[in-house]
Amino acid sequence: MPLLEVDHVVVQFGGVTAVNEACFAAEAGRVTGLIGPNGAGKTTCFNVISGLQKPTRGAVRFDGRKVTSVPVHRRSKRGMGRTFQRLEAFGSLSVRDNVRVAADIHRGVLGAVRGLGSSSRGGVDALLERVGIAAYADERADSIPTGTARLLELARCLAGDPKLLLLDEPSSGLDETETDDFGDLLRDLAAEGRAILMVEHDMDLVMGVCDEIHVLDFGSVIASGTPQEVRGDAAVQKAYLGYAPEDEAEPAHVGSAEHPAESTRTDLPVLSDDTTVLPPVGAGPLPGGAR
Amino acid sequence: MSVPILEVVDLHAAYGRIEVLRGVDLAVPKGAVMALLGPNGAGKSTLIKVISGQKSASSGDVHLGGVNVHGAGPEELARLGLCTVPEGRSVFPNLTVAENLTLMSYAGVSAEAVLETAFTYFPRLLERRGQLAGTMSGGEQQMLAMSRALASDPALLLLDELSMGLAPLIVDELYDTVAQIAESGVSILCIEQFARTALRVSDYAAVMSGGRVVATGEPAEILETMSDVILGGAA
Amino acid sequence: MSSFLAFTLFGLFSGAAYAIAASGLVLTYSTTRVFNIAHGALGMVMSFVFWDFSVRQGMPLWLALFLVLFVVAPGVGWFIQRFVTRGLGEGPVSVSLVVTVGLLVGCIGLATQIWPPEPRSVQPFFPGSDVELFGIFVTAHQIITIALSGVVAVGLYVLLNRTRIGTAMRASVDNPELLKLFGGKPEQVAALSWAVGTSLAALAGVLLVSTVGLDYYALTLLVINAYAAAMLGRLKSLPLTFLGAMSLGLITSYASGYLPTDGLLNSVRNVVPALFLFVVIVAMPQAQLRIGQVKGIVSAPQPSLFRALGWGGALLLGVAFLATAFGESKLLLLGTAATYAMVMLSLVLLTGYGGHVSLAQLTFAGVGALAYVKLEQANLVGLALSALIAAGVGALVALPVIRLTGLYLALSTLAFGVIMEKMVFQAEFAFGFNGTLGAERLSVLGVTIGSTAAYVWVMALFFVLMGLALLWLRRGTLGRMLIALRDSPAACGTLGLDARWFRVGLFGLSAGMAGLAGALYAGLRGSVGAAEFQYFNSLPLLLLAVVFGVTSVTGAALGGVGLMLLPVFQSSNPSAAGLIFAVIGFGAVALGRDPNGLANQLFKLGRLLDRRFGTKVRARIPVLPAPGEAQRRMHAEAEANAGAEPSLTSVGLHADGSVDVPLIADPSREVGAHAAPRG
Repeated sequence: MPLLEVDHVVVQFGGVTAVNEACFAAEAGRVTGLIGPNGAGKTTCFNVISGLQKPTRGAVRFDGRKVTSVPVHRRSKRGMGRTFQRLEAFGSLSVRDNVRVAADIHRGVLGAVRGLGSSSRGGVDALLERVGIAAYADERADSIPTGTARLLELARCLAGDPKLLLLDEPSSGLDETETDDFGDLLRDLAAEGRAILMVEHDMDLVMGVCDEIHVLDFGSVIASGTPQEVRGDAAVQKAYLGYAPEDEAEPAHVGSAEHPAESTRTDLPVLSDDTTVLPPVGAGPLPGGAR
Repeated sequence: MSVPILEVVDLHAAYGRIEVLRGVDLAVPKGAVMALLGPNGAGKSTLIKVISGQKSASSGDVHLGGVNVHGAGPEELARLGLCTVPEGRSVFPNLTVAENLTLMSYAGVSAEAVLETAFTYFPRLLERRGQLAGTMSGGEQQMLAMSRALASDPALLLLDELSMGLAPLIVDELYDTVAQIAESGVSILCIEQFARTALRVSDYAAVMSGGRVVATGEPAEILETMSDVILGGAA
Repeated sequence: MSSFLAFTLFGLFSGAAYAIAASGLVLTYSTTRVFNIAHGALGMVMSFVFWDFSVRQGMPLWLALFLVLFVVAPGVGWFIQRFVTRGLGEGPVSVSLVVTVGLLVGCIGLATQIWPPEPRSVQPFFPGSDVELFGIFVTAHQIITIALSGVVAVGLYVLLNRTRIGTAMRASVDNPELLKLFGGKPEQVAALSWAVGTSLAALAGVLLVSTVGLDYYALTLLVINAYAAAMLGRLKSLPLTFLGAMSLGLITSYASGYLPTDGLLNSVRNVVPALFLFVVIVAMPQAQLRIGQVKGIVSAPQPSLFRALGWGGALLLGVAFLATAFGESKLLLLGTAATYAMVMLSLVLLTGYGGHVSLAQLTFAGVGALAYVKLEQANLVGLALSALIAAGVGALVALPVIRLTGLYLALSTLAFGVIMEKMVFQAEFAFGFNGTLGAERLSVLGVTIGSTAAYVWVMALFFVLMGLALLWLRRGTLGRMLIALRDSPAACGTLGLDARWFRVGLFGLSAGMAGLAGALYAGLRGSVGAAEFQYFNSLPLLLLAVVFGVTSVTGAALGGVGLMLLPVFQSSNPSAAGLIFAVIGFGAVALGRDPNGLANQLFKLGRLLDRRFGTKVRARIPVLPAPGEAQRRMHAEAEANAGAEPSLTSVGLHADGSVDVPLIADPSREVGAHAAPRG
């Protein structure tokens, strides 16, 4: 049984359906990607899973138990951790204290009082080292760059040693090398037996790291599978391109040999009929490149 | 050539310490439609925010119709004929359709004229005039948002991710409306994640990356030369 | 039967006036997100203006009414939005609460100053022209009031639904940024809603004044009735607000008609609005955790414990010196200052660190004092129990509202203050009506601290110990959690912190600190009564705490002295009594946006002086060849002290209040003063 199951979840705001009968799962030891066009309902799904948003209908099951009406903090105690798309670092605290607080909360308020001291500084610093932001340890969290703050949120989650990590656009704000390191870190974390579910726009990262991908469009899952499968899926191409390549009747330059049809959209680079080639993103001939 | 309707000169802007726009230069000729492309995080939405007056630049200038509009607030610019349709649903969800349309008359056209234009273009809005905007479908909400662009006859129209969260078919319909507006002589600058959809209606395209405009040109040549950048994923 | 009708009529009359006031409150809150606690106070000032115009200056009634409702009140409302509350809606709720509390206190001060206490009366409209309806007499004034509430309801409906500016008002509730893109002006919309809102407060005041009387406080507290009604409509819905106001009017009227005139139930009639408010708040649905961009708050720097100890010791020395020099009456004042300072310390915890506002902190002190007296154990055990009881009461107040946001918590503390004062403190089992109870001096380990001088010193000791404990807490695990919770409740939730219970604990702890102060105060005075813990005085207490700095122990010490001096100054300058309130109120309006207050300015001054002269001083200190960390620290201490002392004396503030003047803050941070010695 998968660690996390999202079962026919519906979220409506007024008359707008943000999430529509979404069903997907994330398994321990695997990195699962949740992708889709902007506004497809990915972050709302995360809010439902972590408990910040009550679904209109449907259920969330975690670790074999239904958690749909379990409050946020108790889901966390059961082993869920999440990061935020719009950052929620504790701005008045230093980077190190951000992680310390998380560790203290994990031990529980009473534990923290009883222990009288606080979490071991060594453990906290090791976490900062692990996500690669030890250099920022003494900075105030509201003064660090976005990418660093995202890694800080990850470190903060890890302080609670979660079974499931929900990462909302974790790599935006990171440069190429940092993104590569981040991919390695994700694989490591999964290898430790954690389930990782991530919303991400960097398709290189998604395609390179994920074991399984769910594609969300209009609040519904329109495709699930390995990166290869998802890439070839007609429905996915339609969601991203606006139409499937078959009904294409566009000027020749769009479908030319070097720049096949898939290259017309801006954030899912590879959706061609042949699923073999990933274009070298950011390695283009242009000054400035993508990065 | 006449004065461009929009000219951005060496524009810088930052969120706190993080510089998002690092010297943007861009010109939109009068009557032209320009598509602004680029990966997530390239600074497109920030550029729109600075041009529309919602965010102040740290340095550089924005000229509208040859006039430097440095320091003007969004409401002043709106009354001068700049129509901005921001990202996401740009209608008031707890007001009825008719009330949303009434508010559009702030841009200088009488409320009756706004209602008439909107209902002529989108008969569906007439059926729903008494309904709360927030209870309509996403496509209908964008129609309502576009009514402002249609009715107020702006000098320049800024569109930010019109297609966000909408079905492809509806996006196509919306861009038909954009094309119609363009035909009436309105200059348009639009950000779009579906590059092709936007390029279908545009005369020019510009590509942003890392807080700068790295290329401008005809849609065809941009697609040809810049696809790597456009596709760059997160920068 | 006819008496029932009469009570119903009276209920409808007062309900109509509440409805008018409440709809103004809802209008301003929903368009600008600033909850105007001073709404009733504005109505009070406007009633005085009305009296001034119509009675003192002898203007025709209609002219006075026109001027008040359509010129003065809208002008004042516009002014307040423009210069006082602008932009507060986006900030933390604690700031807008403090600023509008400042407005409230300022209004009372202004009114007392301009119209000093003397008997005044305002006649009802068309006196003598009563009509008989169903066997009861109805005054023209009552009919007019009820009719006017209908006119207001229809007028507001038309404004909000049939005009463009009214539509823009509702639009700016949804999304002011988008309204700007439409070409609308949210600032104008906000100013209009404050103008209309203030006008409605004025109308309610003028209508009620012939019944309630021209009183600084009675009309000001009308705000409780107004927001109890508004709360039923969740500060959004005008129809529900009208319903709430009418029900409240009726319930109040029936309560005064049918409740027995003795015993506890008798006192219930005075607190019906507060109880109503409590019930409505408790019944409100759960608030959702909000996600949004989080920004850290720059607080006054935390001193090292070593430094804090030093300053604490200095304070105790100073108090010991003063205690030997002062006579009995001055000693009592010093003890009072220590009490206030301790209560303010509890606000440092609650507001400064935790970001919550309590409008009844003095009431918790009263609970502590009452417990101390009733326990009749004048020793440390009794003291601890008193603090515990106050803490328990504090937790009980927070408990029903743990699901809600900060605004409701603050409002429920005000309701609690009213209930305690009017129902509990004056009851026979407590202090008794206008009564006082004797209290014994504290004894420590069997030794009674009989002399006032020694007792005051012990109070100072308690203050220092509490301050040190607070600093220790702030630097430790719980302190970090407090700050984290203030910065992002959503992130704390996803990390596993149950914010609700944490908040109850925080509230309880803060109330316990105030209770301890109250218990010590009881021992100091020897006899205490309800009059010493009037909840209204919690408001200036809060304001002075913020003005002097609610994020530092120094701020609390200075604030305590300031609050103690207030009545002293007032009695020596009776003509300026109102002015002082006005200065404090409007001072808080001006300074309320910076919770670090004057104390932080003092710290900055110290650092500035240190930068200016520190190097010279440092140059004279020989540098040891291999200075260890401890030695370096001590150097820094010495230098900083050298820089600080002249600054403190030069501004005339002695070390009496300052425990944590942190010229050297957290050693791990690069703050100007110690950057040099470390580098």
